[in-house]
Amino acid sequence: MLGFIIRRLLFLPFLWFAITLLTFLLLEPLGPYQRVALFINVNPEQAFGGKLTKEQLQRLIEKYGLDRPAIEQYIRWIRQVFQGNFGWSKVAQKPVFEAIRERLPATFELGLYAVLPVVLIAIWLGVLSAVHHNKPLDHTLRFFSITGYSLPTFVFGIFVLMFFYGILGWFPPGRLSFWAERIVYDATQFTRYTGLNTIDAILNNRWDIFWDALRHLILPVLTLSYLSWAGLQRVTRSSMLETLRQDYITTARAKGLTERVVILKHGLRNAMIPVTTIAVPTVIGLMLSGVVITETVFNYKGLGLLSVDATLQFDVPMVLGFTLIGTSLIVLTNLLVDILYVFIDPRVRYD
Amino acid sequence: MLKRLLKNPLSLTGIVLLVLFFFMALAAPWLAPPAKPCPSFVYYIVPDWLLRPFMKELPCEPFRIPRDGFRATPLPPDPQAWTTFPPRLKDESGRMLHPLGTTENRYDIWYGLVWGTRTALIAGILIVGCTLLIGIILGAISGYFGGWVDSVLMRGVDFVLALPTFLMTLVILSIWGRGLDKIVLVDILFGWAGYARFVRGIILSVREREFVAGAKALGASHWHIIFRHVLPNSIYPVLILASLDIGSIVLGLSGLSFLGLGQGEDYADWGQMIAFARNRIVGVAGGDVMQYWYTWVFPGMTITLFVLAWNLLGDAVRDILDPRLRGMR
Repeated sequence: MLGFIIRRLLFLPFLWFAITLLTFLLLEPLGPYQRVALFINVNPEQAFGGKLTKEQLQRLIEKYGLDRPAIEQYIRWIRQVFQGNFGWSKVAQKPVFEAIRERLPATFELGLYAVLPVVLIAIWLGVLSAVHHNKPLDHTLRFFSITGYSLPTFVFGIFVLMFFYGILGWFPPGRLSFWAERIVYDATQFTRYTGLNTIDAILNNRWDIFWDALRHLILPVLTLSYLSWAGLQRVTRSSMLETLRQDYITTARAKGLTERVVILKHGLRNAMIPVTTIAVPTVIGLMLSGVVITETVFNYKGLGLLSVDATLQFDVPMVLGFTLIGTSLIVLTNLLVDILYVFIDPRVRYD
Repeated sequence: MLKRLLKNPLSLTGIVLLVLFFFMALAAPWLAPPAKPCPSFVYYIVPDWLLRPFMKELPCEPFRIPRDGFRATPLPPDPQAWTTFPPRLKDESGRMLHPLGTTENRYDIWYGLVWGTRTALIAGILIVGCTLLIGIILGAISGYFGGWVDSVLMRGVDFVLALPTFLMTLVILSIWGRGLDKIVLVDILFGWAGYARFVRGIILSVREREFVAGAKALGASHWHIIFRHVLPNSIYPVLILASLDIGSIVLGLSGLSFLGLGQGEDYADWGQMIAFARNRIVGVAGGDVMQYWYTWVFPGMTITLFVLAWNLLGDAVRDILDPRLRGMR
């Protein structure tokens, strides 16, 4: 088992290496002057008193070897990365590493509230749907699930925003109200332990801020989770239906076990096997693109919104930073799923 | 198979909707004629992002939505446009009419939706066609020859499948700049691997059948066997399943153009139109919330129905092809 985990973890640096190398090869057709803006660590405007002459640019290009072949530039860049320098983000106006550290908690908070309820509620509803196969409850749940995976995230987000903000005025967009923002970012009044506003508010014993942060989180979380919820519920339902037809379920019922034990212990445990392998990686993939779109719809200042701005403004180092984090997330979740798999399906052995 | 699809009310709904969408795309120049007719029909069929690399100047760009003045506020639908079908885009005095109103910055919604259908289907079919072609060729080679060819190709497939597609799209667009042509290219670059693996699996099972051995005994060449004997006997499920991917591909494309990574604001593209609606969902301050309802209702409904249609059809087809895969994707 340990050997398996280590082998899988070794895959991650390989993937990072491949993605970054690919990026450098794609940068090759650009000229050295276009590249100069992307790969230097200091803000050129500040470093040269706001005036950059052609000779100075030329000197910069030579200093950082931007006119050299892609491979040589890549080795140079890798060396810097090992020293903890991921480059300068034009959009965030700070080093990429700092920008990520600043924005990651917001996205993490969104993902945290979106993933856990989704998995639990979707599985629960999927089981309900299967147990009440072809009854009104099943039809209702299937209707919501089929509309769920047909409504694009951005359309759904705009619809809920229109209803809950435009008409009802309950849940505003953004991450915090203006008054709350002033308190949260004021170090004398508020200590930011984790960067997750809801948790920090509890730790600071500021329930008004907790409520404000929650109010801003509800719609993005709903939007981000609806699509995944619909997919996961569908897979659970069909897998559960398949399982409930098996002979051992009949045997379990014949033994006189209660329906609850039959469904949860004999049914669900077996039904979870395809759910974990197929659905969880799909959900993570959906969430990554979903988080970018959701943050854009709700103007929620997290990593996804920053990456879209970065993409639109040719801020390659920033996008690359986001991509490496996203890739790590995917690889690590897949690993976690494979480990969980051993506990869900005792027949699986990795050694 | 078609009979079963037509009997099921869900898949029938999907088929009817898709027929409507295909009609809208095919009849776009009739449903929403551009202001001035193009000199050649080529401009109606090939979008400008495909023509641009070959032509310096385009005389005619029907995929760009006509704009009614330069004010930002949307205009409501004109009922008098609907006195005829297809709706009129101009009245007798030459004033522009808007059958479904305009978006922010006054782009006609009807025109955008009709030509947006054409954009969506062209891009979707192009992507599926190219990825499928690459996937089939590489998958067939891999499955038929086996050995080291198979190992090399399948490691390549593993690698492409391990890359996070959406994130790689962002990286590549941040280097090359935005545009549908680049999005389509990226989708093709990262999309073939799944098909290649699928085709390989099918070829592996067909390869050992008697008619292949028979063709070999008759001295047929490898290529002849692959393309005349093996592929025709295994390709149909692949073609059907791949064509159903058009729905999710179009969804991805419009998501990216919603983020502003598409062809620019005047381009007939559903995602772009939703992006416009975002600023108008609450009406004006102190006014009626539903004042600009048409900016988000029509584009939102169109794209949702399109995806729904593919999903309804897709579910039914997958059920028929493989009942064990019911509900899984």
